[in-house]
Amino acid sequence: MKRRQFIQKSTAATILAGVGGLGLQSFSPSKTKKITILHTNDVHSHIDPFGPDDGRNANKGGVARRSTLVESIRKDNPNTLLLDAGDIFQGTPYFNFYGGELEFKLMSMLKYDLATIGNHDFDNGIDGLYAQIPHAKFDFVSANYDFSNTVMDTHVKPYKTFVKDGIKIGVFGLGIKLEGLVDKNLYKETVYHHPIEIAQDMSRILKEEQGCDLVICLSHIGYNYKNAPNKVSDITVARATKDIDLIIGGHTHTFLPKPTIEKNSIGKNVLVNQVGAYGLYLGKVDFYFEPGKEVSAEGASIIV
Amino acid sequence: MTIKHTFKLCFLLLIFSCASTEITKIEGKRLDIDETIKSDQTIEDFITPYREHVNKSMDSVLSYAPETYSKSDGELNTAIGNFMADAIFSEGNPIFNQRTGKNIDFVLFNHGGIRAIISKGDITTRTAYSVMPFENSTVVVGLKGTQINAMMDYLSKAKRAHPVSKQLQLTLDKDSNIKSATIHGEPIDMSKTYYVATNDYLYNGGDGMVFFHPNEGIEILNYKVRDVLIDTFKKTDTINPKRDNRFIKLKD
Repeated sequence: MKRRQFIQKSTAATILAGVGGLGLQSFSPSKTKKITILHTNDVHSHIDPFGPDDGRNANKGGVARRSTLVESIRKDNPNTLLLDAGDIFQGTPYFNFYGGELEFKLMSMLKYDLATIGNHDFDNGIDGLYAQIPHAKFDFVSANYDFSNTVMDTHVKPYKTFVKDGIKIGVFGLGIKLEGLVDKNLYKETVYHHPIEIAQDMSRILKEEQGCDLVICLSHIGYNYKNAPNKVSDITVARATKDIDLIIGGHTHTFLPKPTIEKNSIGKNVLVNQVGAYGLYLGKVDFYFEPGKEVSAEGASIIV
Repeated sequence: MTIKHTFKLCFLLLIFSCASTEITKIEGKRLDIDETIKSDQTIEDFITPYREHVNKSMDSVLSYAPETYSKSDGELNTAIGNFMADAIFSEGNPIFNQRTGKNIDFVLFNHGGIRAIISKGDITTRTAYSVMPFENSTVVVGLKGTQINAMMDYLSKAKRAHPVSKQLQLTLDKDSNIKSATIHGEPIDMSKTYYVATNDYLYNGGDGMVFFHPNEGIEILNYKVRDVLIDTFKKTDTINPKRDNRFIKLKD
């Protein structure tokens, strides 16, 4: 009897130790996980910094400096993603001369993880974009452009997931309405779908089906349209969806000094960010996961 | 504690732990990219041959800007927009006239098409590429007065400084209704065909400019808007763009 009790107790201790060990590795309350999201948008072929005589952005920007900054952040936290929200092309002679080859090659050297497609990425036609794809060592996402009947078919996915330090991150892309903005001869048979329903669908797929811990929308639909409040924008997407944690935007060249906090369809906070244009800034959003810590009904505490 | 208890505890622990991979804190920041950050030499070295090739053709000085001009320095017309629209008229009309025997009546361009400021100081080929990076060509479209009216309606509602050349005078009242619209000082004649210079992007409906269809024909000048700028700069020692009253909204 005594011997039996002893065995029971020791087995229990072993199991507990086992669970404890597992906990320490992946679920321990003492280990905070940090995911860093870095982002650019509307860089528009601005590879070199603005010159010293520029009337507005003198000595700002530059991809070689961005590289140094990104590397130092990655050194600090290897669990970092680097994303671009479109309009990589058009704006300096580098694009006129090389058609986007240099932009994609440099983004690959900076180890961009993912990009979405902006309206100006069609400026040399969809064939011009396709021609540069071999130079990009990163993927493209767009959930509301249907490229099935174009050369870009299979080269753009609706979303992509990443696992960093055991945290699953899902990123989906959104693009702007092309009709009336881009010449049809350039975008050809690319089909645009309205972003709201697509975003609702995507966030459900990523959160529920894919089990993502962090859901990001990489958008080129524009931050907000004051003169046309009903026009779909990052703000309207934020309000009409749930389960999106961060919307990284582009197109409107909106220089947000800090991310905007919006309420989603169930009253939870969503961050919307955009860093203007031309690679003058790098956006950085850190997400902390602290197992065991109580999260308020509103969601995480946000420091911006 | 029995084995049963232990398993229960383990189960609870697992549920609790896994359910708590929730975000607890978020920090957002904007980082400046400026001269305080040292350039990555590997990236610099990679860019160098491309840069040298591009610079060879970009850095020739063409003209001089006495001020900095931006597309945001006026409500419905800006110095830079007026300068560009008038340049398209001056450079485009001789070509159009030689080909067709007709004259351009006025120019309409789009505010969003001005992609950079003209900075005070030397104007180079690079300036033209930054202001007008697109490969768009100048086109001249024949439009009936009714279509011109649709255009005026568009301009009155767009509330943007879409550049027009000086032959057009559009005045809006304080509620943005059209008060008067004249071409060469004359009211718009519904039955007349006007020749409007623009670019192929807008002709194809860019920026919602659907009034270019139906039309009375199109003449593609095969003259890039950027080349219009380069040629204008080359002819002008010092540019002198001015905001004026060609497209205005009255205060009362």
